[in-house]
Amino acid sequence: MEFLWEGLMAVTWQQGLMYLIGIVLIWLAIKKGYEPALLLPMGFGAILVNLPFSGVINQELAGVGEVNGVIEWLFDVGIEAAEAMPILLFIGIGAMIDFGPLLSNPVMFLFGAGAQFGIFVAILVAAAVGFPLIDAASIGIIGAADGPTSILVSNILGSEYKGAIAVAAYSYMALVPIIQPMAIKMVTTKKERRIHMDYHPGAVSKRMRIAFPIVVMIIVGFIAPTSVALVGFLMFGNLLRECSVLGDLSDTAQNNLASLITLLLGITISFSMQAEKFVQLDTLIIMAIGLLAFVFDTIGGVLLAKFINIFRKNKINPMVGAAGISAFPMSARVVQKLVQKEEPGNIILMHAAGANVSGQIASVIAGGLVVSLVTKFL
Amino acid sequence: MGVEVMQALNIMWMGMAGIFVAILIIMVCVLIMQKVIGKDKEENLES
Repeated sequence: MEFLWEGLMAVTWQQGLMYLIGIVLIWLAIKKGYEPALLLPMGFGAILVNLPFSGVINQELAGVGEVNGVIEWLFDVGIEAAEAMPILLFIGIGAMIDFGPLLSNPVMFLFGAGAQFGIFVAILVAAAVGFPLIDAASIGIIGAADGPTSILVSNILGSEYKGAIAVAAYSYMALVPIIQPMAIKMVTTKKERRIHMDYHPGAVSKRMRIAFPIVVMIIVGFIAPTSVALVGFLMFGNLLRECSVLGDLSDTAQNNLASLITLLLGITISFSMQAEKFVQLDTLIIMAIGLLAFVFDTIGGVLLAKFINIFRKNKINPMVGAAGISAFPMSARVVQKLVQKEEPGNIILMHAAGANVSGQIASVIAGGLVVSLVTKFL
Repeated sequence: MGVEVMQALNIMWMGMAGIFVAILIIMVCVLIMQKVIGKDKEENLES
């Protein structure tokens, strides 16, 4: 009857800790509503892959040989092979994005760029702490505040910390409402946070909305070829939305495709949360550096706005700069909520939304550039 | 470790420069497109 408790006897304390982490992720998803679409499957998957001799990962069975596990298969096919899952998800994300507020106020493009600063601060800190360049760059990309980009870059570079990076990226995206206000208040005054911004929506023509994704894809493709898959599929999804002749496909991309891929991605990424890889001191250090990345993203965007204000008569509320991170649409809403607290009736949501979608483009560019630049130094 | 910190610093300035260059090019293209194709017929205008 030994076979009945063989599994139980084989549990390690690290696996026990992973059960706890899985339960915490599930609790955060359900009770707190933190990115439930991803944290819940990741939490559940973390338990699945850490059960001894788990059938969801490849196992060697005596007398039978190697038996494939479904989560390992999903990881090999959906992520390892060509990063298909995060890239396909970007079709759905592109179909959900309205670039109108950005196109009617192009200066908001700059904040998407400024708010990627945290990526490079994190790479620097990770390198200083002792991570090899490949891992430092993969850790830094947590600052892109974009799950698919983080997964893609860490997979292309072959980082051994994929699991920790994915958990950090999605957890901190969910914690944007807590992280950003704190970081914004560190570098702004109350007077600056109360700056009013008028919104005069310029009409954005349909031709403009159709041409934009094509032009962006070409420009980014030339500058950061490694990001063509991400930016291409993002813009493809957006073109499906804006062309107005593929309503069914656009709806499918925004809803069914995005939901299906999100469901599978969360449970697939849990493959990299096996105890022997995840339960290390490095994981805690990565979580700390990831937090730093988000803080410096926010600070980068805000400081850029303050710099631009030196040259402008109509001042920009510096909090709009913070919305340049890629956590869409949460960051824009967080900034609006903060400005409402400072001064009820002050509306900067559309400006923040413009910066937020710019961040989506900039984060993808950043991912491609990080891969290109790191490989030049190897 | 010192070598990797120097490499990270290089990646930092090149990366930020690259992102800004890309974004500025996109911005300029958007401004040009607004002049060339931005003005559409009344019925096609959307805000």
